[in-house]
Amino acid sequence: MKVLRNFALTAAVAAGMALCASASARAEGKTITLCWAAWDPANALVELSKDFTAKTGVNMKFEFVPWPNFADRMLNELNSKGKLCDLMIGDSQWIGGAAENGQYVKLNDFFDKEGIKISDFMPATVLGYAEWPKGTPNYWALPAMGDANGWTYRKDWFSRPELKEEFKKKYGRDLDVPKTQMELKDIAEFFQNRVIDGKTVYGAAIFTERGSEGITMGVTNALYPFGFKYQNPAKPYDMQGFVNSDDAVKGLEFYKALYKCCTPPGYSNGYMQEGLDAFKSGQVALQMNWFAFFPGLYKDPNVGGDKIGFFVNPQQKEKGSQLGGQGISVVAYSPNRAEALAYIKWFAALDTQKKWWALGGYSCHKGVLNDPNFKNTAPFAADFLVAMDQVVDFWAEPSYAQLLLAMQKRVHDYVVADQGTAKGALDGLISDWTKVFKEDGKI
Amino acid sequence: MTEQTGLSLIDRAALVTPPSLARRVHGLSERAIAWVFITPTMLLLLAINIFPLIWTIWLSFTNYRANRPNAPVLNVGLSNYQSILTDPDVWAAMTVTARFVFWTMLIQTVLGFTLAWLIDKKFRGHGLWTTLILLPMMLSPAVVGNFWTFLYQPQIGLFNYVVAAMTGVPPSSFQMLAQVPLAPWAIVIVDSWMWTPYVMLICLAGLRSIPDYIYEAAEVDRASPWRQFWSITLPMALPFIMLAVLFRGIENFKMFDMVNLLTGGGPGSTTEVASITLKREAFEKWRTGYSSAFAIILFVTVFGLANIYVKALNRVKSR
Repeated sequence: MKVLRNFALTAAVAAGMALCASASARAEGKTITLCWAAWDPANALVELSKDFTAKTGVNMKFEFVPWPNFADRMLNELNSKGKLCDLMIGDSQWIGGAAENGQYVKLNDFFDKEGIKISDFMPATVLGYAEWPKGTPNYWALPAMGDANGWTYRKDWFSRPELKEEFKKKYGRDLDVPKTQMELKDIAEFFQNRVIDGKTVYGAAIFTERGSEGITMGVTNALYPFGFKYQNPAKPYDMQGFVNSDDAVKGLEFYKALYKCCTPPGYSNGYMQEGLDAFKSGQVALQMNWFAFFPGLYKDPNVGGDKIGFFVNPQQKEKGSQLGGQGISVVAYSPNRAEALAYIKWFAALDTQKKWWALGGYSCHKGVLNDPNFKNTAPFAADFLVAMDQVVDFWAEPSYAQLLLAMQKRVHDYVVADQGTAKGALDGLISDWTKVFKEDGKI
Repeated sequence: MTEQTGLSLIDRAALVTPPSLARRVHGLSERAIAWVFITPTMLLLLAINIFPLIWTIWLSFTNYRANRPNAPVLNVGLSNYQSILTDPDVWAAMTVTARFVFWTMLIQTVLGFTLAWLIDKKFRGHGLWTTLILLPMMLSPAVVGNFWTFLYQPQIGLFNYVVAAMTGVPPSSFQMLAQVPLAPWAIVIVDSWMWTPYVMLICLAGLRSIPDYIYEAAEVDRASPWRQFWSITLPMALPFIMLAVLFRGIENFKMFDMVNLLTGGGPGSTTEVASITLKREAFEKWRTGYSSAFAIILFVTVFGLANIYVKALNRVKSR
């Protein structure tokens, strides 16, 4: 009997091993596709993913789309139930729509089964990239790429004795990283139309793009510090007196003043790439942009290294930075769900996250960010932590695109096209947003 | 041919099918063979033209959103049409479109006809000039849009430097794509640069179709060149000019690519033509039902205007 039992056990183990081997062999032949935007961190992810292929035998294919077309292309893919992407690193604002329309796989059970603790990731990134509805333990993504809006400046110009002296004489303080939004404007004004090394330079490259999300992602960096709020914290979707508060009006007026006084000529439709171009070509003293670009800028042979400095979006009445970044999700229509989930499991591991940061990706894992040495790993690392501690995100509702386009129009009309007043623009925005929320049955 | 005019399309196709081919396909009548040839084209037309049109009409009466496949699709009657026709933003976009169409038509017709008239003089090297003038028309709108974005760049753009050289104003003192009063003109200039040669080509065909003996007779009657122009050249070339205006009018009413590349509808909404608004509603806001209604309104507008215009054109031709 014992012999029989041993035989049965051996047979079961052998059968189990054979099954595992066959599953592994099946996985080994497979290729999964990861979709994201075409930018520096995507190249780092390609490098990082080689480890995944080496470990599992699953080949990785990448579909990277330039930022201006990223949302159009990928949302089209999701809406048409396309099978192109197995994994999607989608923008934080998509989470509501993708969750409610069943386009992303809910990951709670998977996290529980694989022992992935969402609490291992920075709370702001979990809230921004993974949860829907916000503030509830329903996870549709794993925080993949932490990001926030920040600033770069020409450290070499800031350290020129003649400029320092002139600035101090004019403003009564040192020419240094601005502590407030108003100080930032002073610095931008100081550099505007100044001739440095025989070349006319300008104050700041800020976001003014009209077509996609540019000016909204820029103006919110002024609105948040001045006191703008999306809604009444005690009564969701109640926007009167929050979106159009006196502080919000001041913030919008400030952004317009910054655009008018201190940007390069013709800078009416600039976003990430235009900002990078302006900064790299030595046109501007200050540049608003996403932290994701900072590793690349630091390595730039012309303006990187000792010539560049970084700072967090300055406060005014309060602190605030626009949240960027994305979570990684499994697309519900993927025929390779098991392999896609295996990728997420591998990506969530601390070792992978450490390598991700080392390669130029912004890990959201506390094990990476809370490392005592983290702040010394890059000149912008400490600022990244500060920025991620004060981030605010745009609406992530299923109708986010309608809400975003309304803001693009209202703000661009006021800031760039000189139409109406700041109060009028924000009042109009409330009316547009109210209409959308009414259509959605939220109010 | 006169006998055939009463026949249906199928019968006419059957008649022109070579008998040898018909013989090769055993068991099929000539009429059936004609059907075999015509069916793929008809199916293709039905699939890519008629079906989408009918589908769009149906969608225009619903609240359908392509990004919400799980939401119930409700019939909303005429409310999409009502919303569009009472939306001030839509009317603003239509006004921008109308202005754009008017100015591009005017400039392209005047310049195109003038160029055709000059080229028709057959001066030395006119062949080379004709080729050079036609070059912009042969470029892709995407290339032209990007190319002119650089030309309009206030710091390094050639356009600003040329204007500065001619007027004495500093090149960086004006921004063609960023200033509200200039941005619409920036697009009109680019569209005219690209498409005036097309108008010129059609007008040139018109001018070349005027028989020389008419001018000879006018000269015998001692008509002045000015008189010849007003009494012979212009009236006889008018149907061609009107045809060019029709083609360009329809194209510019639908203009999207160039505006999208040059200004994206900005600054603010200054250059937001109807097609940009439609694209935003359909593929950014995902209001599929609403945008279908908007597309139908635009289609009916262009179709209606074009029909009125073609009737006028026929009247001119029959004179």
